[in-house]
This record gives sequence, C-alpha cells and structure tokens, in this order.
Amino acid sequence: MFDFNKLTTGSIRQDFPILGRQVYGKPLVYFDNAATTQKPRQVVEAVSKYYYEDNANVHRGVHYLSQQATTAFENVRKQIAAFINAGSSREIIFTKGTTDSINLVSATFGRMIVNEGDEILISTMEHHANIVPWQMLCEEKKANLRVIPVSDFGELDLASFVGFLSNKTRLVAITHVSNTLGTINPVKEIVTMAHSKGIPVLLDGAQGVSHMPVDVKDIDCDFYCFSGHKLYGPMGIGVLYGKEELLNSMPPYQGGGEMIDQVTFEKTTYNELPYKFEAGTPNVADVIGFGAAIAYISDIGLENIGKWESELLHYATSELKREGGITFFGEAKHKASVISFLIDGIHPYDAGTIIDHMGIAVRTGTHCTQPLMDRFGISGTIRASLAFYNTKAEIDALIKAVEQVKKMFC
Amino acid sequence: MEIKETINTIIGEFDNFDDWMDKYNYLIEMGKSLPLIEDKYKTESNLIVGCQSRVWLHSSYADGKIFFTADSDAVITKGIVYLLIRVFSGHSPTEIIEAQTEFIDKIGLREHLSPTRSNGLVSMIKQIKLYALAYKTQESLES
Repeated sequence: MFDFNKLTTGSIRQDFPILGRQVYGKPLVYFDNAATTQKPRQVVEAVSKYYYEDNANVHRGVHYLSQQATTAFENVRKQIAAFINAGSSREIIFTKGTTDSINLVSATFGRMIVNEGDEILISTMEHHANIVPWQMLCEEKKANLRVIPVSDFGELDLASFVGFLSNKTRLVAITHVSNTLGTINPVKEIVTMAHSKGIPVLLDGAQGVSHMPVDVKDIDCDFYCFSGHKLYGPMGIGVLYGKEELLNSMPPYQGGGEMIDQVTFEKTTYNELPYKFEAGTPNVADVIGFGAAIAYISDIGLENIGKWESELLHYATSELKREGGITFFGEAKHKASVISFLIDGIHPYDAGTIIDHMGIAVRTGTHCTQPLMDRFGISGTIRASLAFYNTKAEIDALIKAVEQVKKMFC
Repeated sequence: MEIKETINTIIGEFDNFDDWMDKYNYLIEMGKSLPLIEDKYKTESNLIVGCQSRVWLHSSYADGKIFFTADSDAVITKGIVYLLIRVFSGHSPTEIIEAQTEFIDKIGLREHLSPTRSNGLVSMIKQIKLYALAYKTQESLES
C-alpha cells in the first residue's frame, strides 16, 4: 500500500535526483511536466542496467542474451496492455512517441479509408501533432478537415460535435486532455456518439495517461496514442494502441526487418501483429525503461497521483486568483493539472524570462497549439503543468515570481 | 563612435549591475521608454518572426550608412533591440558585416541568443547583417 504522505510531504522527490538541482543559483521548480516529465532513478537504472548487462537485439538470435532481451521487451508490451486494459498485447505497437503513432494511423488507416470529399473531424484544442498529419492526408486525398469549436472555458461544444458528424466523416481525432488548457474531454461520450454513426475515433492520450487511469476497453476508442517521456519514462518511445481488427485491416507503415514474414524479390508477405508495424530494430532499452516507469507509477497508483495533482491544481489556481490581475485560459469543469494564464498587460515572454531567472521552469508561448491561441486571440500563455512530485511550497515560489514580474513590468 | 566602442560602452554599463534583476530592470526601462519605430513601419514585411515575441525591423540607407529602427511586443526583447540599434545603426555596410556580436553573451544575455528561445533576436542580428550585405552589393553594382 502506497503511503500518500510521500506525496504531501514531498519525500517522493528523492526518487528524482534532478529535482534537487539548482538553476541560476536557486532551487529548481519544475513546472513543465506537460512538455516532458522527469525520470525516477528506477527508470534510469533500468535503462543503464539493460545496456550494461542485457543488451542484445530482439526477436533475432537464439542465443541467451537475445532471448532474455526479447522476453523482457515482450513483457513490457504485456505490461502496457494491462496498464491501459487493452484486449491483448498484439494491440500494442511500439512507436517513437505520440506524434509517430498519429502519423502511423494517418499514413495507413487514414489513407485506406479517406477519399475525395470525405471529412476528418478534430477540435480547436488539438496539439499540432493531431492537426498536421490529418491536414497532410486531407491535402493528399482532397478531403476536408473539420474543426469542433471550444467554449470560452475551454470545453468542447458537444452539441455542435454531433452536428459535425456526417455521412462524410471518416474519422474523429481528439485529444484526451488538452496540453494547453488542461481540459479533460468526455472521450467516452464522444466515442459513443461517433460509433453510433459508425465512425472510428482516435484519441491523443499524450497528456491523458499520466493523470488518470485509462481503460481503452471502457472508453471503446479505436486508437489511443501516448508517449513514454510524458509518463516518467524515456524519450523516443511511445505506444499506438489499436483495436486488433482495425490493425489487421491496415496496410503496413514502414518496410524493413521485423515487419516481414517472407521476402523474395518478387513479393514480400508481412508479419503478424504487432510486428507488422514495427520495422527495424526497436528501441529496446527505452521500452525496458518505459516498463520501469509504468511499474513505478502503478506502485504509487494513478488514483493517488490524480488526487494529489488535483489538490495542487486547486491550490495553485486559488493562489493565483488571490494574487489578482491574472487571466486564465482553460477553466473546464474537468481539468488536469495544467494552468495556462497571462499576467494582465505583460507579454508572456517577458513574464517567462523573469520567472525562469527565479529558478522556475514554466513554458511560455503557443504550446504547439497555434489555432487554439488564435481562438482566444492571444499570442501565447504562461503554462504551469504540475506533476505528483510538485509541492505547495513550489506553487508559493511561483506566486512570488508572479509578484516579482508585476513589480518589474507594471 | 565605432561599433567596437559602442559595444565596449554597453559592456561597461552592464558591468555596473550586481545581479540579474538590475540588468533586466535596465532593459525593461529601455524597452518601455523608447519609441523605436514609426507605426507605419510595423508591417508584415518588416516582421521578423520569432516563436514568442514579434520584432519589426526597418532599415534605410543614406550617405553610405544604414539606419535601423525596430520594435517588439515584448518589453525585454525591445530593450535588447534597443541595444542592437545603438550598436549597428548609422554604420556602413562593411562595418556591420564585419562586426562581432559576442557582446550579447558578455553582458550576460546569452539565454536570449539560444535558438530554443526563438525570440527573434538571433534572426534579428542575421537580418541586420543581411541588410548590410544587400546595401553593400547594391553599392558595388552602382559604382
């Protein structure tokens, strides 16, 4: 049983050596978790142990090390399948990350089902990674990208969503949690509505999996994409979950080793799932690290993580409100621990520069959601994205930094 | 004043500051108080697109010298822009092309030069030098 006090007292931070460092001579406050999360010692050690002691190519050799590496690699696939409650590990495809996963679906499934005049439905709050691959596909197929609007609070307009679903809609691609606004979208309802018209749904889960338990069977989405590095794991590794039936119907993505069954110069037959979509030597070490990350957060429990992050979110929001002179972007009812705001009258770049010098890592700018910035008529925001290892004392430091910014610019 | 002398003066000014906050207060003061460009020059074509703050740069050429005016929507960037104009404006194309720009680093503003900042500063120096090159080429074609 995990001791919740490890979160409230911050003692969990001992697992993350980087959190003990200083920047500009001040203790680092890391509030850029939506960009990437820090890695616990357990993850780094699993990766280095793999390279020091277990490194071998997978699925190739009959020798001991190769078999051991293959077993470890495939065990992580099973672990991830269980983590998101997939039907089988054949539904778990390893990719470079969320962007790669979305591109895979666009280039294979998308090309297969989208034709001239068809429509793909996304939302205004999508990350560029869930816009551009669909735009490219629409350009290629002379199809149309349609966009569901968001309200002033940063919520999807579900009534208009239904109106957007037409007999031309081939796919709905929506983010689970907005990286800029923190909005948790009602994905289960969205899937139900789309499925009632026979339309498949892809969910961008890059910001979803780290904040709450995700059950793909319960959500019933057709594809779910996420990254290791936003889930306390290594960079360069990600997952595409897809329903087995759909994955089987799709043509392969890239050609090469591993994804083949038989190769002759006349014809190549392809391997079964999941290998059909994993051409070339996979990123074994980071898969091992990813497994360690999932073990680590599963030990804490995503319910505990969600509970503490929610407490931090409410504390930060109410402290910033008390400070005054702040405009918030994203005030959805269901929200993950992401706070986008502007200090009235101050350019986010100016604010970010000063906050940075006070040792606090926040992100300023458009957060790869330029159309969303246009929707709100702003050039960017300051974004503090919190993780379970953050503390209330760190939020107090942010408030002090905001006060400093006001003093300097107003 | 030669470019090098202006640079040394600026480095001297920044040496007086004990900590980063004073330095930024100085930049902010510069950024706030100085009208650097006429609104009619804040055009799309004069815009140097950075990721986070926008910078407009206008140039004119007279008597063998280039004159720059500029502005930014972020105050700190505007302060830095002011420093660049102090250094480069009113000099010949050759002087500008040959000028060293390491002073930004020396006065402790290196983080604004990092490409990840994408604040248009790196692009702005590039653009200033590009203008100088263009005027120089034009000059040699006309002579």
